[in-house]
Amino acid sequence: MSLILKNVSVSSDKDGVILDDISFEFKPGRIYILIGRTTSGKTSLMRAIAGLLPIDSGEITMNGENFDEKPIWERDVAVVYQQFINYPNKSVLENVEFPLLRKGMSKTEAREAALASINKVGLSDYLDRKPAQLSGGQQQRVALARSLSRKSQIMLLDEPLMNLDYKLREQLRVEFREIFNSQKDAVTIYATTEPPEALILGAEILVMHEGRIVQHGSPTEVYEKPQSTTVARVITDPPMSILPVSISNGEIRFGDGYAQPIPAKMKNFKEGRYQAGIRANDIEIAKSGGEKGTISLVEVSGSETLVYVDTPSGEIVLQMEGIHDVKVGESISVELPSNRLFLFETNGALCVSPDNAGE
Amino acid sequence: MYKVLKATFITVWSLFVLFPIMWAITTSFKPESAVVNGATFIPFLEFQPSLIGWKAILPGPDSITNLMTPTLNSLIVTAGATAISLIFGSLAAYGLSRFTYGWKNYSNADIIFFFVSQRIMPPVVLAIPFFLLLKQLKLLDTHLGLILVLTSGLMPIVVWLMVDFFNALPREIDEMAMLEGCNPIQAFFRTILPLSKPGLTVAGMFCVIFGWNDVFFALTLTATKVLTLPVAVIALNGTVTPYWILAASTVFSIIPLVGLAFVIERFLSRGSLGGAVR
Repeated sequence: MSLILKNVSVSSDKDGVILDDISFEFKPGRIYILIGRTTSGKTSLMRAIAGLLPIDSGEITMNGENFDEKPIWERDVAVVYQQFINYPNKSVLENVEFPLLRKGMSKTEAREAALASINKVGLSDYLDRKPAQLSGGQQQRVALARSLSRKSQIMLLDEPLMNLDYKLREQLRVEFREIFNSQKDAVTIYATTEPPEALILGAEILVMHEGRIVQHGSPTEVYEKPQSTTVARVITDPPMSILPVSISNGEIRFGDGYAQPIPAKMKNFKEGRYQAGIRANDIEIAKSGGEKGTISLVEVSGSETLVYVDTPSGEIVLQMEGIHDVKVGESISVELPSNRLFLFETNGALCVSPDNAGE
Repeated sequence: MYKVLKATFITVWSLFVLFPIMWAITTSFKPESAVVNGATFIPFLEFQPSLIGWKAILPGPDSITNLMTPTLNSLIVTAGATAISLIFGSLAAYGLSRFTYGWKNYSNADIIFFFVSQRIMPPVVLAIPFFLLLKQLKLLDTHLGLILVLTSGLMPIVVWLMVDFFNALPREIDEMAMLEGCNPIQAFFRTILPLSKPGLTVAGMFCVIFGWNDVFFALTLTATKVLTLPVAVIALNGTVTPYWILAASTVFSIIPLVGLAFVIERFLSRGSLGGAVR
């Protein structure tokens, strides 16, 4: 009883490889978060499951049934797009009723289910409005209500919060958790580009890159032990600084300059070249020594300040609590605590992650 | 200065365009004396209006010519050709907009060109083949025959206009309809067609105008049974018909189109697509 993808591949002349040999089992009653950059294949994977993107090879089965033989309209897949798709000529109520009537429900049943679902997203006062008469957030809720009311076995959400304002995102994010958890026997797949969103929803995370699933696991697993620099970049916001380092003589050296004694966990590694990653909140301004550089960008968000520093080894991003008065062009030295370092091979594979990296 | 120039240009051009219509309308209300005594335009001041021309063409004791049967013929033929063109033309356009067809190097664009190409040849060239074809099919001088011939000219317009219209409609709407249990035909009729009223209205209006005003095929492919209104009006021209009757019949023949234009204007509102996709 699950959605199984076996070696699914899609490519096109125009875009090259879109999905590259994807195999995964999605279990019912669970939420899966697809996270990746914009062209990583999240949307394509969803479209393939829904049948909107024909697959070149491989197999998609749902509860043992081969999906390839089923046309789109028989697959019973509910989709919420990042653009808010509603039927512009139908009212809110008619929009939500439409899929239910198509499913063969009677008029009264459909109305009841539609009203319940509209109530769930808090739009009971807007039943007769046309989508154009609603705000963006309300339109997206109509789309959501339409998908929820169907009680489909598969529910796909493609960056549903993307086009909404900040407040509404926060609110819907919380509501999503409750709504998804009430869908007991559905496979829910939720795509996003934003690490906080992926982590907050607290479900199994699948990291996608260039059409492949490069890592999957619980949020803590993926966050604390990103299997490669790619995953580390995708799952970390503000971005992780990744710098070339070399290990020799019991020291770890950044570029040609700043060196630190090697931490215990890295003692067993061969001498040679590696890459070190460090999260912005683990970096501090050095009191003495440290990696020197010039500030290239400062972003103040209020509760924190992000400082981008150009150093001989590469760009370092550090995060400081509160508002700090630092100026672009100033020189600065940053300390990169060796016990907070992720160590990757030069090809990007993870060697060591720090203890409690999630904290 | 610019404003004056603009106003002058617009006025002169409007007069140029409207003059023939004004001539026809005033003449249709003139008695014999007002027509033969040189050009006059202002009723009550320059001439005393009379209904003599109108009485001659409308049913009644003073009627001298029957325009009702030709009007009915024109209605049947125009409505038939427009309906067939809209139904099949929009279905074809939807297919061409949403799906990819092809054979060897030929693709959708070539199919659309094929449709449009049917309007490249002047009707004169088509008259003889159509005549022979209708003769073989025993459809000469029948409503159906004329409808089919007109459709061959009107459908390309519909396909051409509607392909563009459908291309502008978000594909996500059909995708959503299919995800929600509609096959492509149902998706078209249940979600796309209701959104297509503005496009269909424009396409339909073109069909009605071209169909209603067609003289050439009506003249060559029909004889007496399916006499259409424009042909009947022209026939009046051939006989010795007073100007006031001719003018009245001309005005009478354009009334339906003018009326239609006013009704349709309301449907051509923009913004009917708001809220589909943001």
